[in-house]
Amino acid sequence: MPEISNSQAPVQPEPSPPDGQQPAGAAAAEGSAIRQFLLLRGNSAIADRGFHWLMVLCALSIFGIVALIATELVVRSHLAWSQFGLGFFFKAFIDPYSKLPMYWDPVNGHFSALPFVYGTLVSSFLALLLAVPLAIGLAVFLTEMCPRMLRAPLAFVTELLAAIPSVIYGLWAVFVLVPLLREHVNPWLIKLLGWTGLFNDDNPTGLGFVSAGVILAIMILPIISSLTREVMNAVPGSQREAVLALGATRWEMIRMGVLRNARIGIVGAVILGLGRALGETMAVTMVIGNTPQIQRSLLASGSSMASVIANEYAEASGDLHLSALTEIGLALFIVTIIVNALARLLVWAVTRGAPAQVH
Amino acid sequence: MGVGIEVVNLNAWYAANHTLQDINLNIPANHATALIGPSGCGKSTFVRCLNRMHETNPIARVTGTVRIGDLDIYKDAKPVEIRRRVGMVFQRPNPFPTMSIYDNVAAGLKLNGYRNRRLLDEIVEQSLKDSALWDEVKDDLKKKSGASLSGGQQQRLCIARALAVDPEVLLMDEPASALDPVSTSKIEDLIFELKSQYTIVIVTHNMQQAARVAEKTGFFLNGRMVEFDSTHKIFTNPSDKRTEDYITGRFG
Repeated sequence: MPEISNSQAPVQPEPSPPDGQQPAGAAAAEGSAIRQFLLLRGNSAIADRGFHWLMVLCALSIFGIVALIATELVVRSHLAWSQFGLGFFFKAFIDPYSKLPMYWDPVNGHFSALPFVYGTLVSSFLALLLAVPLAIGLAVFLTEMCPRMLRAPLAFVTELLAAIPSVIYGLWAVFVLVPLLREHVNPWLIKLLGWTGLFNDDNPTGLGFVSAGVILAIMILPIISSLTREVMNAVPGSQREAVLALGATRWEMIRMGVLRNARIGIVGAVILGLGRALGETMAVTMVIGNTPQIQRSLLASGSSMASVIANEYAEASGDLHLSALTEIGLALFIVTIIVNALARLLVWAVTRGAPAQVH
Repeated sequence: MGVGIEVVNLNAWYAANHTLQDINLNIPANHATALIGPSGCGKSTFVRCLNRMHETNPIARVTGTVRIGDLDIYKDAKPVEIRRRVGMVFQRPNPFPTMSIYDNVAAGLKLNGYRNRRLLDEIVEQSLKDSALWDEVKDDLKKKSGASLSGGQQQRLCIARALAVDPEVLLMDEPASALDPVSTSKIEDLIFELKSQYTIVIVTHNMQQAARVAEKTGFFLNGRMVEFDSTHKIFTNPSDKRTEDYITGRFG
């Protein structure tokens, strides 16, 4: 650790005047009480080193926590892993009586994570589909078009959306969003897009992938929008001027001078939003319907990786059931870490000015 | 061919700051005109008024008349139309880092919907030749990004980008101030070549540069134009005491 040897370096060459120099030092410092006081202060080397280690400990504890979570997940999911192997995420069981695929049957000890992986992916991508255009539009408006007076309040309200607890989103979805979708939006989707097979009429509750996707979209909107804003602000003004000087309209300037330069960072912002959507638990659990099935219709109810853990962990019926849930948790943990790391890297690439070395 | 510029009673503000006061001058067609003066004297603001870039800043304001050729740019046209006819090169090279060299040069044309591939190729080649960059980049036009070039090459790329839309006027705001001496002299040679085809207005800190490239020179001080005359007269026999003090190095 280089920092430690650095911090020691200035301590050593410093001569230690205090005791031995008493006669000469006293004579020299006689005129100034402040000099005398400072002379007696010492160099606080021990306190300084202690502080250094305390801070190192704080920093390391982050890695410690991540490592502990990972080990615990690995150890507790071992039973399911040894029983089902990698097929846990891909295979279905065939029900001997109905001959239909079965995924999640705690009573008979059949566990497959496939419907939860499916549910997580479908609801998250629906969320991205809805949130990304809205978030980028919002960011463009806030950075390039909004009158200065409105900028701060609008940005503030957007950020506030991120601070609302997810259970509140869930409640709002249950009481407002789901009835709204059920009564007014879903019938339209069925009528207009029913022919695709993606919107079927056989779920009267309104709880399902579409509801989960919409509420997720609202929840990830602030993070995508504020990061997009950050990378757009990082684009130097000289790029905007260069495009304007060629005779560009405002929209052309935004497209060529801003969005084009910020695109890597915007991709990062979107992936970060995806990371949020993948791991979001409470609101999704409240509106997705919680049935471990795979159906083509987006209006059908389903279940996600996070929601099945939240629903079943407290009342799991046996060691294998618990272990299977933990394995889903482990998979979610790994995927969200990778997705988030990737996203942060992309955003850094832009805000640190890596591609725009010109300036 | 370039056209002349006529400026009548031009005033400009940044918020309450009156940065240009009653500027009147005639910039001749197909010549290079240099604008000199100490930092903050308003010369950059002045050229930014000639293509209406000044007003892109929300706190900025302009009054007066600027005629480019027959066009009264503050009355008869939208900023977008003017900027297509008046090219601009900035102090720091600002190529588009995410575009290839080719796309950088073609940006202005593509922006305006010009899609003829064969003609685009020709124009890109001609513009890069006109900006004396062609021989250095012809082998990796579409392979290298605009940001991969050296500073001097980037600035010549920006000149090529401005020339590709065949402007009538070329504004240069201290185009060599961020460059090394070799690149600077290349840019100056270029200005010398280009002024037969375009009306060039160049802002510069460097008085020798003005003397080398321009036929006419204007001296700005504190938001006013003190003197505008042939470059030779300004540097050998200025009529105003302040001009003389500035060019002999008493201030600035």
